[in-house]
Amino acid sequence: MSDEESGANGGAAGGPENDGQRFDRLPATAEDRVVAGRPTREEVVEWWEERYGLSPETWDGHTFWEKGKGKIWAFAGDLVSPNPVEAVGMRVIRARQEHWKPSTDAVQRFCGEATRNVVVLEPEEAERFVRGEDQELERWDGDWGYLVAAHEFEGAREPIGVGLYLHGELRSTVPKGRQEDLS
Amino acid sequence: MNPLERYAPLVDDEEAFLAACDRPLPSVVRVNGIKATAERARSALDAEGVGYEVTDWHPGILKMDERGPGTTWPYFHGWLHGQEEVSALPALALDPDPGDVVWDACAAPGSKTTQLADLMDDRGILIGNDNNLGRLSALRHNAERLGVSNLVVTNQDARNYSLKPFGEGIDDSAAIDAFDRALVDAPCSCEGTIRKNPDALDRWTMDHVHSVAGIQKGILRRAVQATRPGGTVVYSTCTFAPEENEAVLDHAVEEEDCELVGWDAPENFETVPGVTEWDGEEYDSSVELAHRVYPHHNDTGGFFCAKLEVTA
Repeated sequence: MSDEESGANGGAAGGPENDGQRFDRLPATAEDRVVAGRPTREEVVEWWEERYGLSPETWDGHTFWEKGKGKIWAFAGDLVSPNPVEAVGMRVIRARQEHWKPSTDAVQRFCGEATRNVVVLEPEEAERFVRGEDQELERWDGDWGYLVAAHEFEGAREPIGVGLYLHGELRSTVPKGRQEDLS
Repeated sequence: MNPLERYAPLVDDEEAFLAACDRPLPSVVRVNGIKATAERARSALDAEGVGYEVTDWHPGILKMDERGPGTTWPYFHGWLHGQEEVSALPALALDPDPGDVVWDACAAPGSKTTQLADLMDDRGILIGNDNNLGRLSALRHNAERLGVSNLVVTNQDARNYSLKPFGEGIDDSAAIDAFDRALVDAPCSCEGTIRKNPDALDRWTMDHVHSVAGIQKGILRRAVQATRPGGTVVYSTCTFAPEENEAVLDHAVEEEDCELVGWDAPENFETVPGVTEWDGEEYDSSVELAHRVYPHHNDTGGFFCAKLEVTA
């Protein structure tokens, strides 16, 4: 949990290009950035706060890593960087594109506390969403783009997954392997 | 010959043992504490009218009445994970703390690994390794579905596992030189899973038993070597064969700096001690501290679980 502030990018071993075959810890801030285009920890934490209202403390104790082009992972500890292992924590964001996309698993795990861009679905809508179906949802008058789809469940607002809201339609991005008929 | 008959001299009631091995197992789920409490998960199942029975030894381990849990909301939310009842023992025996560095040597598909993450409150470093790349995708899928964020996945042969990717020996505060705890849930002849998988013994041979025992010894020795003095290693299998259980422990105690330590099985869960003699062989008397689980005692699969402490 130590090396957070230094945001080391692999030191001498790391080149200026992103190496898609390994995990590299995100730099703490833009000043620490060595690899062009790599998001910083600061940007990632701010994005969750601005987009979904998640408090920055959500990520205390987590380090962020990039592997592949823009796949950002959150890990509840620290490791030496770069690192050639198969997986580090959980894949949380697809970055390096105009609109960053959160992963279903990250939204389920961390967005119970989300306060912005959360669309709360009625029971039947929630079931359609989990089946992977797109649906008209004219009542939403918030932002376009990637929303947290949630429902009221066991006395709380439980996130279901990621919806893409465009032109009055909520598209389900629940991965095929996770889609279920819960009706 | 039914290979299970060779264990008749070890069990208290041969007839009950063989009869239990013939019965199918119920579908069992573990509540994932990273996402829900046992109370919430049970309340959600109640609301959906899904029948279950709480095991009398663990509030978060539930026997489902009929259908599997896959098509329910609590399962979709990652509150539940299908896991055979008896396979919840080794993680409880290892008893990791949040912040520990834990190695799961044979992790895929990840029921025990994700249970370890739960016991660690998803904190610290949990390294899940498997030598089979294909099975790693199941491990990753299960871990992410359950919201585990403290897992590192590696693909190595556990018998000569290298800590080099973790910066062993280098001057970096994030480097890992040794584990605090390790779980060796070893590949085995799987006799204990006969109730879940009736084909488990179709290819059973004595040669296979001896060949996996060699692998088991290699993995357990490496786990002891890579764990710090004072650290804990748990060894488990789902087989009854003493060649794969007590003989492997006997070998580790003889060759490495470690000793068997006692561990109380959960209340209301019946086990019997490890055996010190089998088929003309005699094992170190400390292997009695291991736990044997027979299907007729708790109406579960068969299992073996032992706890070791690494000595200086």
